[in-house]
Amino acid sequence: MKTDIILAGVGGQGILSIAAIIGMAALENKLFLKQAEVHGMSQRGGDVQSNLRISSKEIASDLIPMGKADLILSVEPMESLRYLPYLSQNGYLVTNTNSFNNIPDYPEEEKLISKIKSLQNHVAIDANKIASEIGSPRSMNIVILGAASPFIDMPFESLENGIRKIFAKKGDDVINVNLKALKSGREFAEREVLK
Amino acid sequence: MQNLLLLGAEAIAQGAIDGGMSGIYAYPGTPSTEIMEYVQASKKAEERSIHRLWSSNEKTAMESALGMSYAGKRAIVCMKHVGLNVAADAFVNSAITGVNGGLLVVVADDPSMHSSQNEQDSRFYGKFAMIPILEPANQQEAYNMAYKGFELSEKFKIPVLLRITTRISHSRAGVETKPIKNMLSGSLPKNPRQFILLPAIARVNYNNLLADQDKFVEDAENSEFNKYIDGKDKSLGIITGGIAYNYLFENFDDRIIPHPVLKINQYPIPRKLVEKIKNECDELLVVEEGAPFIEEMLKSYFNEGTPVHGKLDGFLPRVGELNPNLVAKSLKLEDTTGDDIPSIVKNRPPSLCPGCGHRDMYDELNEAMKEYGKGKVFADIGCYTLGALPPFNAINSCVDMGASITMAKGASDAGLIPAVAVIGDSTFTHSGMTGLLDAVNEKAHITVIISDNSTTAMTGGQNSQGTGKIEAICEGLGVEKEHIRVMIPLKKNFEENVKVIKEELAYNGVSVIIPRRECVQTLARRMKKLKHK
Repeated sequence: MKTDIILAGVGGQGILSIAAIIGMAALENKLFLKQAEVHGMSQRGGDVQSNLRISSKEIASDLIPMGKADLILSVEPMESLRYLPYLSQNGYLVTNTNSFNNIPDYPEEEKLISKIKSLQNHVAIDANKIASEIGSPRSMNIVILGAASPFIDMPFESLENGIRKIFAKKGDDVINVNLKALKSGREFAEREVLK
Repeated sequence: MQNLLLLGAEAIAQGAIDGGMSGIYAYPGTPSTEIMEYVQASKKAEERSIHRLWSSNEKTAMESALGMSYAGKRAIVCMKHVGLNVAADAFVNSAITGVNGGLLVVVADDPSMHSSQNEQDSRFYGKFAMIPILEPANQQEAYNMAYKGFELSEKFKIPVLLRITTRISHSRAGVETKPIKNMLSGSLPKNPRQFILLPAIARVNYNNLLADQDKFVEDAENSEFNKYIDGKDKSLGIITGGIAYNYLFENFDDRIIPHPVLKINQYPIPRKLVEKIKNECDELLVVEEGAPFIEEMLKSYFNEGTPVHGKLDGFLPRVGELNPNLVAKSLKLEDTTGDDIPSIVKNRPPSLCPGCGHRDMYDELNEAMKEYGKGKVFADIGCYTLGALPPFNAINSCVDMGASITMAKGASDAGLIPAVAVIGDSTFTHSGMTGLLDAVNEKAHITVIISDNSTTAMTGGQNSQGTGKIEAICEGLGVEKEHIRVMIPLKKNFEENVKVIKEELAYNGVSVIIPRRECVQTLARRMKKLKHK
């Protein structure tokens, strides 16, 4: 198996914790993993991405070749589209629909969403709303991870275990609410897309 | 042994700890910062009392590491590529003194300039200083090279340059560790004059260095880090190394390449292996991250013989980092690129954080500068360089660490009055202090704004050497006490701060204004820690 994932967002939105959970799950399944991150200047409110590759075979490149990503997992709608050249023909784009508007020429949201919905394989999820409904607005990124989980070639339980490990120091309440967030995202994807 | 998931930078740190390092010296700089940070967080490093505090700049770091080597212990010094310019005097001369304890100089290059002002290739520095260079292709090799690099250094009594680039530094993968070695107990150099570079001694040392070059080549020819992989199709041979090796193999599903491949991860160039691939193949393609370093040398080796392709004839781009698709194109393989980026997607440049003190400082400076017009503000390297972007558009230069003060001085010498320098607290103690002394000695008409957030912010909030000492340093350098003005950059102080800046702009001499407010990122982290206690 192999799943090549582009994680996208704006600096500070927490894509690295998504990467950490997937990474834990990959270790549990004894898979090879490479994950390229962005540090430094662009973290300050700029666009950030991480290339996350998991595979049962040894991985050569730290960067995903363009046109070979199986999944774009984005916590921001405009950022999800920035990485389209990386998405393979059968790949999925999973994104939050809530925009992070910190630039003067940010596009109209309707146009963004309609572009996303014009793609053959997409999941557009209002993750902020779902996270708020379960009482944990900060779990927005985990909701999206849940919505993307059907396209990550690993058992769902491994992602749950990843959450348990990553949030271990923060106590059971934080673990449970994030498990709930993961499940809500998963159910959304199953209900809306994979029906 | 233990299997750890490590960034390339962290793998170097772990390799150095396990390799028996007694000290690490560094100044923060993307993409090298995580090496020191990893050692600082390491329990093993604490147990062993490994030296692991930040230095004021790369030169002081390089010299301290050389001093530890003199005392017979293993040391590494880490920096970003432009940091090696700062450390160059010590670096080049350390090749003439040679070492006692093993010395690794780790330099992280930043092709594509993700967080830098140029994309210089540090391998040229290694060649310039005539020392061996190691360049890992993956995180495991990064670990192995740091682990074994000390022995290579001690074998030839020479510093070893370990070069990485952004993508390997900031990419995570599994690393298998080796048994931890003992630290050296320390010893004086056998030759008591080895480190005295008086011309008469330096000439002897330099001749020895020249005489050792063949040994370095021979070592590279037999190195475990260099590899010749045979292939049936000899119409083309591929020479690669470092992270470019991964991009090459990514393009072949079963990881079998039809052409012979020479992987060069230890320099000087292993001549025999290069001769071999040249003799067996009709043409050569060089795939390397950074400048056409190998390619240029081969072109001169084989002048008018075997055609050599690469960055000099457009097979690969001359600028920017490589990726699998660029390498595919150079091999005339299919382009897999997906859909274009939709035109509605806009650029999202980095910006100063909401609530950042630099924001208020720039608002105040812009207001105070209105009457003097544009083009008079020289800035420096740090978060505040983002003052170049809207809405501030406040600065006119950013060249190298410390250049704000000295460029302002030169401009004021040329009659550009008032000339303003904007510099951060950490950059000031890195390379701004000496320039300030020049300005004081000539009573230059400049206003220096040391925007003090009490940290090295851009690289993630490392300790700043000057915290709590800035006024004393300025006074010690001779800035008049009444022209050292401290302020708190907050909206509510706007009017008052603008007034202070205006007063100092009008002063015909050196003024230092210190807007001081803690970085909002370090503040948030501090508060979080307090909450968890």
